[in-house]
Amino acid sequence: MGKKKAIRTEYLLIGNSAGGIGAAEAIREVDKRNSIKIVSDEPYQAYSRPLISKYLAGERNVDEMLFRPADFYSRNGIDHLLDRKVEHLSLDRRIAQLASGEQIIWKKLLLATGGVPIVPKMKGGDKEGVFTFLALKDAIAINAFIEDDSQAVVIGGGLIGISVTEALMKRKAGVTVVEMKDRVLNTILDETASSIAEEALRQAGVRVVTNQTVAEVTGGDRVDGVVLDNGERIRCDLVVIAIGVLPRIELVSGTDIKVNRGIVVDRCMSTNYPDVYACGDAAEAYDFIYGANRLTPIWPNAYIGGRVAGYNMAGVRAEYRGGTAMNSLNYFGLDIATAGMVVPPDDRHWEVVSQRNNGAYQKIVLNDDLVMGMVFVKDIEKSGMIFSLMKDRVKVTNFRQALLADDFGLAYLPRELWQECLGTVPAGSTSAFGMPAKAEEPISSE
Amino acid sequence: MKRVYVKEEACMGCGLCRVYCLAEHSRTRDIIKAFKRESPRSLPRIRVERNGEVSFSLQCRHCDEPWCVYSCFTGAMYIDEVTGAVAVDAEKCIGCWTCIVACPYGALTRDRDRKVVAKCDLCPGNDVPACVANCPNEALVFAEDGKAGQLVRN
Ligand SMILES: Cc1cc2nc3c(=O)[nH]c(=O)nc-3n(C[C@H](O)[C@H](O)[C@H](O)COP(=O)(O)OP(=O)(O)OC[C@H]3O[C@@H](n4cnc5c(N)ncnc54)[C@H](O)[C@@H]3O)c2cc1C
Repeated sequence: MGKKKAIRTEYLLIGNSAGGIGAAEAIREVDKRNSIKIVSDEPYQAYSRPLISKYLAGERNVDEMLFRPADFYSRNGIDHLLDRKVEHLSLDRRIAQLASGEQIIWKKLLLATGGVPIVPKMKGGDKEGVFTFLALKDAIAINAFIEDDSQAVVIGGGLIGISVTEALMKRKAGVTVVEMKDRVLNTILDETASSIAEEALRQAGVRVVTNQTVAEVTGGDRVDGVVLDNGERIRCDLVVIAIGVLPRIELVSGTDIKVNRGIVVDRCMSTNYPDVYACGDAAEAYDFIYGANRLTPIWPNAYIGGRVAGYNMAGVRAEYRGGTAMNSLNYFGLDIATAGMVVPPDDRHWEVVSQRNNGAYQKIVLNDDLVMGMVFVKDIEKSGMIFSLMKDRVKVTNFRQALLADDFGLAYLPRELWQECLGTVPAGSTSAFGMPAKAEEPISSE
Repeated sequence: MKRVYVKEEACMGCGLCRVYCLAEHSRTRDIIKAFKRESPRSLPRIRVERNGEVSFSLQCRHCDEPWCVYSCFTGAMYIDEVTGAVAVDAEKCIGCWTCIVACPYGALTRDRDRKVVAKCDLCPGNDVPACVANCPNEALVFAEDGKAGQLVRN
């Protein structure tokens, strides 16, 4: 490809998803003038990655998956370079080399490159009919491949595995989920919640196989089945690999940028390299439950991290309060909210309060009167208040008894806290009737 | 922006705000029909909190830094450019309830029939939201103010 002239930009954002858009929006709040370029190797305007399952299910088309309006880029003066891959970064010269031959010179750089699927080495894994499920192109490929009575094996009973399973079931495929551990959704749910989820899967007609993994994919050019570790053969037409996601760090590995499991960032979402920031699934940022940097590959953390990065890139200091694994799931008609450590790591100093009735289940994990984890199944309305206690590191000493009570609410919190939630009534404000509202004088019984 | 504020010392916890909120968001907007005839019944977007002598009602705080909006992966939750209010586009919402986990106030409700989130919309078209207009003790006020909810710490 012919060498083109380098273009300059104030802000270069690699990744046009939760993190990249979060940063772009924050930058535009405080800097309306300087140029923003956002590059993606995917050919679409920013779309919602979690919605690829709705696409596969036939419930959303691509336009309906866009999480910002069609004129988002033009209205905000953002250059979007789609279907363009950044191949190499020259950090000291601040040059991004694109596969198209273009070069972009940045002043501030954001790496919001997301993740790559983990693909295990297994015999036959390269056959036609083996898919991953991380990008819209994967959903498009599966959509083109399946037929009404297709049989599928989904490897991995985590969030992505369950999400693709639901979509396949809606497409009238038969699905077997193969999970290596002893229960589905084992990283985000405790045993009880996992068993409730597994029951919902079974009710929907999904076969769940635990403590097994796929040793081999069989067939000619095309998949015709799998063989499990225990030797069992399952006939199938397609295999979806959904065992996990790893940070996409190809651009920085071997450079001076510090990488642990993901790109290491501080509370400003800045890497150790000047003017280079990172966020989202690619980054390892502060987790307030573990009190350390961790991978927390969820949408809200990517977006909020991107926002914090964006402000800092634009010279407005902002701090990431930290994120933790938090998920709201509703597959197979079951609502589940979960966050933090749902199983205490050891017996010391930990306390668990839980209750179960009418198919609902709630559990809160405490350590030293701090909420460290939660699982809510079916009745999830109060989960936000509990998650907030977790996030704000509020000691629940004086109201821990009430946490799972039916009428639990902000009113059980210390007065200063709920007052802060309500906000102060602006001085001099009037009531609906134009009268300054006032409290009654207390009437004493004496 | 204008928000609804509660004077806790004036709130009796009677729950009329909730009744009128439900009626306002019903199809008929008739309080009796809304409760007795409409099915599915519309949802109130305000909670009444009671703990002993303390009571107050609470609805979406329309935060300046709304966690629900930042957490929404469909783009359904957004800040209205004109009013500054936190709003939901029911066409885009898939009812994943991530916003419910993100909201510190428990101010969002599942509309399970439509599978979209239901929240305070400050009663567009009314000068004053229904909860405020119908509070018998003027415990609720609709007033202009600074901020609620913080992401960025300087
Ligand atoms: C099926 C599924 C369901 C999910 N469900 C949920 C859920 O319910 N709740 C939740 O919170 N999260 C969910 N997630 C996770 C969520 O989608 C991610 O956490 C989020 O998308 C991360 O955003 P990001 O901006 O960090 O990266 P990504 O969304 O991964 O975007 C990164 C982008 O950068 C591009 N890119 C990378 N490298 C380059 C390069 N060198 N050049 C050009 N472009 C590049 C990538 O192609 C990609 O488009 C789900 C994910 C999947 C796959």
